[in-house]
Amino acid sequence: MERNNQLQRQVALMRQSLFDQGYLDEQFVQLEELQDDTNPNFVEEVVTLYYRDSARLIASIEQALDKSPLDFNKLDSYMHQFKGSSSSIGGRKVKTECSQFREYCRTGNGEGCIRTFQQVKREYSTLRKKLEAYFQLARQAGPRGAASRST
Amino acid sequence: MMESSKGFSSPRSHAFPAGLRVLVVDDDPTWLKILEKMLKKCSYEVTTCGLARDALKLLRERKGGYDIVISDVNMPDMDGFKLLELVGLEMDLPVIMMSVDGETSRVKKGVQHGACDYLLKPIRMKELRNIWQHVFRKRIHEIRDIESHEGLEGLQVTKSGYDWLDDGHFFSGEDMSTPAKKRKDLENKHDEKDLTDPSSSTKKARVVWSVDLHQKFVKAVNQIGYDKVGPKKILDLMNVPWLTRENVASHLQKYRLYLSRLQKENDLKSYGGMKHSDLNPQDSARASSHQNSINFQQNDATNGNLRFAGNNLLIQNLNSKSNEIDTRGAIITEKSGPGISHSLSPLEQEMKSTALDSITPGSFSWREVPEIQFHQENAGNQPEDCFGRMAGPTGGLQSHVQVDQLLPITSISSRAQLPNPIETKPLNVDYAINSFAQASVVKTRIDSFPVPTKSHIGNQQTIQPPSINTPSMESQGFNPSCITNLGSSRRNFSSTTTESPFTSPDEILQVGWHQDYSCLGLQNIEFPDFGDLPIIAGIPAHLYTPLKFDYDQLSDQSELPVINQGLFIA
Repeated sequence: MERNNQLQRQVALMRQSLFDQGYLDEQFVQLEELQDDTNPNFVEEVVTLYYRDSARLIASIEQALDKSPLDFNKLDSYMHQFKGSSSSIGGRKVKTECSQFREYCRTGNGEGCIRTFQQVKREYSTLRKKLEAYFQLARQAGPRGAASRST
Repeated sequence: MMESSKGFSSPRSHAFPAGLRVLVVDDDPTWLKILEKMLKKCSYEVTTCGLARDALKLLRERKGGYDIVISDVNMPDMDGFKLLELVGLEMDLPVIMMSVDGETSRVKKGVQHGACDYLLKPIRMKELRNIWQHVFRKRIHEIRDIESHEGLEGLQVTKSGYDWLDDGHFFSGEDMSTPAKKRKDLENKHDEKDLTDPSSSTKKARVVWSVDLHQKFVKAVNQIGYDKVGPKKILDLMNVPWLTRENVASHLQKYRLYLSRLQKENDLKSYGGMKHSDLNPQDSARASSHQNSINFQQNDATNGNLRFAGNNLLIQNLNSKSNEIDTRGAIITEKSGPGISHSLSPLEQEMKSTALDSITPGSFSWREVPEIQFHQENAGNQPEDCFGRMAGPTGGLQSHVQVDQLLPITSISSRAQLPNPIETKPLNVDYAINSFAQASVVKTRIDSFPVPTKSHIGNQQTIQPPSINTPSMESQGFNPSCITNLGSSRRNFSSTTTESPFTSPDEILQVGWHQDYSCLGLQNIEFPDFGDLPIIAGIPAHLYTPLKFDYDQLSDQSELPVINQGLFIA
C-alpha cells in the first residue's frame, strides 16, 4: 500500500517534470482527460500511434535530406506532417524544432535544415524515452497511477 | 485507412446536437484517433477517414448521411481545399478545416474555399463541442433563404426544416430527400450562397443565377478577360444593382471550378476518349483533377458527356461513360433520384440528341469560348440511348417531358422545365442555357401550360384549364380582396414576363385557387413568392369549408401541381 502510494507520488512527480521542463504541453492533458473507462489506456495508445507514424516520417525526411539538390517543398511537407503529429500528443520541444526546420525550408537553407533535423531527432528520442519511462512507472503504480489531474 | 464507426442512415433519435454525424478526414492516424475520441465525447456520431478520396466516396454513397465534415488541409491524395470545394458543391455540407499551420494566408484560403471554420491544431475539446453551430446555422439560412426566395423551389424542403425547428429534432439532409427535396441539393448548388460572408447580418436574399444573370456574368468575365477577372470588376460591368460583390465572388469561384473541369475534359478528349488509366497520372497535376477522377469513376452506360459552359454551350460527346452534367461546377451524378436536380439528366440526354443534329455555332451568338466542340463520334449510338432513356427515367422526369410538349418555343424565358427532345434545335439550345441557369427560377409562362405537371420544380403557376375552376369559383363566397391580392401577387411572380399571363378573370381565379389551397393548409404549402402571403393566410375561416369542398372536385380532374409533399405555410 505504502509502496503503491510512493510509486504514485513518483509518477505524479515525473509527470509534472515533463510539463515543467517543457517536454509536454496542454495537449497531453487533453489526452489524459479523454481517457476513461471505455478507453483506459487511451493516452498510451495514442502515443504509440505517434511513435509509429513519426518513425515513418523521420525516415522519409532522412531520405529526402540525402538527395541533392534538396527538395525543400517536400521536406517542408514532411516536416509539416511531423509537426502536426507531434502536436497531437503535446510534444512541445519537438514542435519547436519542427518549426525551426520549416523556417529553413522556407528560406532554402539546406545547411540549416540538416542541422535542425539533428535537433529534431534528438528531441524526439528524448521525449520518447521519457514517455516510455513514465508509462512504465505508471503501470507499475497501478491503474490510477497515471491519473493526476491536479495541474 | 477508413473506418466507419457506426450506421448513420437512420434519422437521429437524440436531441440535437447530440448524435451529430461527423465525418473526420485526416491522414495523421494519431490525430484521427484523438479527434474520434473527442467527438465521441461530445456525443457525436463519428466516422473517420484517412484519405480524401475515401471521404468523398463515403459522402457520395451516403448522401445525407452526414451533417458536417472536418478535414485536415494537408492530405496526401488531394488538397484539402479541393476536398472542401467539392464537398461544398456536391453535398453542400458545412466543412471545417484543420491544420497545424495557422498562417493567415492559409486560413484565408480556407475561408475563400468555403470553410465554415478553420481550426488550429492542437484542437481542444471545447472547439469541437461547438461545431454543431455550423450545421444549425446552415439550416437556419436555408430556411430564411427559402422564405425570401422568389423562386419556387422554396416550396419543397422546408417542411422538414420547420419540423425540425418545431420539434427541436434535427432532421438530416436525408430526411429532406424525398423526391421533392432534391431541390435542396440543387438549390444549394446553384443558388448563390456565400457561406462565409460575415457582412450579411440579417436575412440574406438568395441570389438566383438565372440565365440572364449568368449571361451578364459571363459577358462581363469575357469582357474583362478571364485572366484579369475579379468580383468587383465583374460586378461593375454587370450593372445589376441588387447584386453584391460576395454573390459574384462566390459565383465566380464556382464558374472557375467549372471551367477548369471543362478544360480537363477537353484535354482528355484530345487523348482520344476516356481512358481511365490516363486520368490518374494527370489528376494530381490539375486543378480540378479530383472532379474528373470522380466523374470517371462513376461510369455508367451512357455515351457521352455534356457540358454547359455558362452562356457557352459546350457539347462534348465524349466517348466516356460518365453521366454527369456539370453545371456551374456542380456535379450531378446519375445516382440522384427524381427531382429538380434531375431536371438536368433528361436535358443532358436531349442535348445529346441535339448535338447529333450538329447545332451550328451560329446559333450561339453569345458563345465566346472557342472550345465549342461537337463531336459526332457517338452519333450512331446516341439517339436510341437518348430517347430510350427518355422513356425510362424516374417518374419525375417523365412528367417533365410530357408537359413541355405543348410549350411554344417562343415562350421560353427563364424556365427550368425540360424541353421535349423532339423539338427543334434552337429550342433545345435555349433550354440548355436555361437549365444551366438552373431550376431555381421558374417563372413559367402561365398561359402556356395547358397541362399541369407533376414537377416538383414548382409549377405553381401552372393553371388548369379555365373551365374547371370557373363554375366552382363562382359558387363560393369568394373573398374579393383575396382575389385582388392574388392578382397583385400574380404580378409578382410573373415579373419576368412582360405581359400578363392572365387574360381573363377566370385565370386569375385559377391562380387564386392554387393559392387558396395554401390558406386551407390542406397541404402544407408555402408560396414564398407572394408577398401577399400573409394576406392570403388571413382569409376568414368561413371560406375554408366551401373551398375545401371544391378542392375535392378539382383534385379529381387534374393533378394540382401546387399540392406537393413537403409544402407548408410559412
